[in-house]
Amino acid sequence: MIEGWAAIYIFLLAGFTGYEVISRVPVILHTPLMSGSNFIHGIVLVGAMVALGHASTIGQQLVGFIAVLLAAGNAVGGYVVTERMLEMFKSSKGGKG
Amino acid sequence: MEIMIQASYFLAAVLFILGLKQMSSPVTARRGIIWSGVGMILATVVTFWDPSLHGVSNYVLMVIAIVIGGGYAWQKGKTVPMVDMPQMIALFNGMGGGAAGAIAAVELFSAIHQSQGIPGMGVSAILGTDVAIVAIVGAFIGTLSFSGSLIAWAKLDGKFRRTSLVPMQHWVNLILLVAVIYVGVKLFNTESTLLVLLFFALVLLLGVFVTTPVGGADMPVAISLFNALTGLAVGLEGYVLDNAAMIIAGTVVGSAGTLLTQLMAKAMNRSVWNVLFGGFGQNTASAEAGEIEGSMKEVQSQDAAIMMAYASQVIIVPGYGMAVAQAQHKVWELAELLEENNVSVKFAIHPVAGRMPGHMNVLLAEAGVPYDKIFDMDEINPDFPTTTVALVIGANDVVNPDARNDKTSPLYGMPVLDAALAENVIVVKRGKGTGFSGVENALFYQDNTQMLYGDGQKAASDLIQHLKKL
Repeated sequence: MIEGWAAIYIFLLAGFTGYEVISRVPVILHTPLMSGSNFIHGIVLVGAMVALGHASTIGQQLVGFIAVLLAAGNAVGGYVVTERMLEMFKSSKGGKG
Repeated sequence: MEIMIQASYFLAAVLFILGLKQMSSPVTARRGIIWSGVGMILATVVTFWDPSLHGVSNYVLMVIAIVIGGGYAWQKGKTVPMVDMPQMIALFNGMGGGAAGAIAAVELFSAIHQSQGIPGMGVSAILGTDVAIVAIVGAFIGTLSFSGSLIAWAKLDGKFRRTSLVPMQHWVNLILLVAVIYVGVKLFNTESTLLVLLFFALVLLLGVFVTTPVGGADMPVAISLFNALTGLAVGLEGYVLDNAAMIIAGTVVGSAGTLLTQLMAKAMNRSVWNVLFGGFGQNTASAEAGEIEGSMKEVQSQDAAIMMAYASQVIIVPGYGMAVAQAQHKVWELAELLEENNVSVKFAIHPVAGRMPGHMNVLLAEAGVPYDKIFDMDEINPDFPTTTVALVIGANDVVNPDARNDKTSPLYGMPVLDAALAENVIVVKRGKGTGFSGVENALFYQDNTQMLYGDGQKAASDLIQHLKKL
């Protein structure tokens, strides 16, 4: 579906997107943002599930299992800690951020 | 179903980008992570219906792995104290890198499995040239990020303290790198499972060796770099699996993480190259440079409390010492008391105070400090000359005036907070030792500086006690 040049264009555009999205971020958010982007690459879970789903030998199943295990940890852990950090940011005007 | 799956992946990618965008402002950040979370759940759930998946046992394993991995991370993430957040991020990031590496391993094993019995058919013949290259490069980056992040986690957690593993480690690292490249190229056309295993073992080792010498102060930059690398690896494996959501999300994180890494390195006056291959603070320990004249003056907490109670403005400068002492709640209580006495209180955060950029902000936020009382270095520096008291709690190198004034100082050139310019400086510090860099701090010897010795939490409590009596 995604071939050669099309993939390179996707890589290019996604790269610029990431750069632009982050370019004006205050220092106050560096840690949560690193954690948040850490969560977003938890999408690797989807790939790990596909890899495990394709497995046809015990060895492949074992490695695929490890992949899903680690990826689930990445996604869930990344979400939980980011949410916990961001929950705490609030303005003195009372409203939650 | 295929259309549903693709549409969901598309939606997930949109939600990730919008979520990340919202996370770059404190007002919308919370919404940002929730949007991204919705995208993640959507993408994960539809994947169960992917028609190319097969085998009941695979599905069973999948659910078990998600429950164990997710459950562990959930439990860990919910209970970890805020001070330990940097190592937690390193751990979860490493898991993502490991997952990307493992995906590549499955694809390589499966290609070798398919090529068996067909002489002359290697990995690249089964996967295609482009996919084989991308899979191997992604395997390298992801696995490196995995073992590197684990070492970062262990070091920050105090489980692992060594700064070198073998003599002449830089050369060993180089030899390892060459070996990895050699085996990686061989892998392209291999029919051997053993070679794949050798490759992963070498890369794991390389990650360990490269990260071991990185010092504590440089670790945030290394973690951020590994975060970017994991993103890149995920993007590459997305190409291997023909999965657009992975390509987009991974690449976005890869480039955003690279930018974040540069910003952090710049804030520390280090280059990324220097962090990874520099020798890490050991060679900056020329502490003899610049004899400091004068002596340190001690102050009792009662006098310090009086000084602050009658100040017009107090700026609090927290550092890692506050984090270690878990003093953030007491510090905020102190600030609130001062405000009741009509003292204007601000918090000044150096970009690299603590063990990670923004680390202090997270801790202060935990204690309930509103973010509009917290100021970045550039915002607050002009305020110091008109400030009655600068209260430095557990910070050292980030307020060292030598970084601005003394060309012989190893810190020279690093941007610092101008606490030295305040009318009075009170430094809360546990002992007389030097800071993380091992460099003497001229601030402590200034005429307008007084030292309040003690643990951050105890010092803040004492100040509160005395303020209440006034």
